[in-house]
Amino acid sequence: MTLAERAGPAPAATPAAVIDAEEAARLRAERRERIGRWLLPAAVFVALIGSWQAYVTLAGVPHYVLPGPVLVAETLVRDFGTLAPSWWATLRVSLLALLLAVIGGGGLAILFAQSRWIEMSLFPYAVVLQVTPIIAIAPLIFIYIDSHTARVLFIAWIVAFFPILSNTALGLKSSDHNLRDLMSIYRAGRWQRLRHLELPAALPYFLGGLRIAGGLSLIGAVVAEFAMGSGGKAAGLAFRILEASYRLNVPRMFAALILIVLTGIAIYLAISALSWLLLHRWHESAVRRER
Amino acid sequence: MTAASSPVPAAFPAAGTVRAGARPTLLLLENVDKVFGRGVVALRDMSLEIRRGDFISLLGPSGCGKSTALRLIAGLIQPSRGRVRWEDPEAAATLGVVFQEPTLMPWATVAANVWLPLRLRGRSRRTVQPLIAETLEMVGLAGFERAYPRELSGGMKMRVSIARALVTRPRLILMDEPFAALDEITRFKLNNDLLAMRAKFDCTVIFVTHSVFESVFLSDRIVIMAARPGRVIRELAVDEPYPRSDSFRTSAGYVAHCRAASEALAAAMEGAAHAG
Repeated sequence: MTLAERAGPAPAATPAAVIDAEEAARLRAERRERIGRWLLPAAVFVALIGSWQAYVTLAGVPHYVLPGPVLVAETLVRDFGTLAPSWWATLRVSLLALLLAVIGGGGLAILFAQSRWIEMSLFPYAVVLQVTPIIAIAPLIFIYIDSHTARVLFIAWIVAFFPILSNTALGLKSSDHNLRDLMSIYRAGRWQRLRHLELPAALPYFLGGLRIAGGLSLIGAVVAEFAMGSGGKAAGLAFRILEASYRLNVPRMFAALILIVLTGIAIYLAISALSWLLLHRWHESAVRRER
Repeated sequence: MTAASSPVPAAFPAAGTVRAGARPTLLLLENVDKVFGRGVVALRDMSLEIRRGDFISLLGPSGCGKSTALRLIAGLIQPSRGRVRWEDPEAAATLGVVFQEPTLMPWATVAANVWLPLRLRGRSRRTVQPLIAETLEMVGLAGFERAYPRELSGGMKMRVSIARALVTRPRLILMDEPFAALDEITRFKLNNDLLAMRAKFDCTVIFVTHSVFESVFLSDRIVIMAARPGRVIRELAVDEPYPRSDSFRTSAGYVAHCRAASEALAAAMEGAAHAG
């Protein structure tokens, strides 16, 4: 219901509105869908875990080939003392890389929006950076950058910044033409134009880029850890997986993998929540459809 | 920002009651041509004098340059030849514009949208709050300050757009087919309200439309334009007194003016067809 309708005179209270069969069916279908949205994935999850455990137990698969989910869960709890610092290391690199991607990608996009010439000069190189397989540059980065953290961060950043740059640049250009004219008529300066028109208009695009970059920063961090392969205090989850594979500790490989997956899901959910928070008042993507 | 709290300067009599020559000139278009990059002549040799208190409609078919004329006045484009001469710098500084679409910022509330022109001049929300509230009340949107544009109907969005144009208390408002996309009932209501707002805020209006009826109901001068190349064909005076109400829509005078405007428009189209 729009405010316009709400503002009108209230209809006289009707005694017990009758719902016809079609509407009742639609309501039932809606309720089924609401429940199904959660229930179905949960059922698939339970079925998968159950058949995995059943297969491992019944076929007598040795745990160094394929550990059952129960053993993996046990390992996760037992080895958490070893895995937790690595988890933190990977999470920290991912979040820092994401932050740098936001600053670098967003900043470059704003710079591009200020001058078409700068954009034309630099954009191709951003694309080059994006399309070059990161794993192929890793050995070079190993040579040129000394600090382990800096290396990993740099690799994760290269992987994560492009979606933010490309989406934000597109968003900054997609503000309403009439609103731009209005800004000219009101003699808005470049900064005012950016602050009051271009940045808010670009926000949904930026958040779309952020959602992609969030996943990529984790992937970048894990790939970087594999490529740099160093242990010690700064060792991330990827290093733990490598290490466990050398020792044929397959349950721990699975445990580390589960932590990585959970981290990815958490990053995605956090960014989705942020999007909703910033957009739900006004943007079509976040507004619930009214019938 | 001079007339903020005193909407009707007593020194200036209401439009329509004074001979045109006695009113000060706001703006002159002098033999203006506009040729676009690929050689399209959007406007040829347009001359127009806009005096304080005028309600001028630019009436014509698509492509007759009426929107181009408005963009020239707004300073969004420059003339290829001739010039746009402002006689009243205050009018240029406070210029209000309403587009065909409401053109609101979807991320901002109604009040924040109306605030925009003042905000761009560095006026804080607090200091202009009464002005925003007064303007919203004038356009019939009191109580909708916190609503977002998507929650409003088409007519209400247009009212917000008009409030934004009025909040600077402009001497001149440019309106580019503002009600073309609205249903007729809403359009009639907004036409009536526009005349009331204009009387209250004492502003001059240049109104682009392709509706003969709308131009006759609203304006005291109709500038009829033809296409290819865009040019002025005729000027008609609608010498009917303001305020005009719904009863004016059924009066003999209204019908006579509509016929005259329609005939002039038909002649303009025919002439254009021969020229093309």
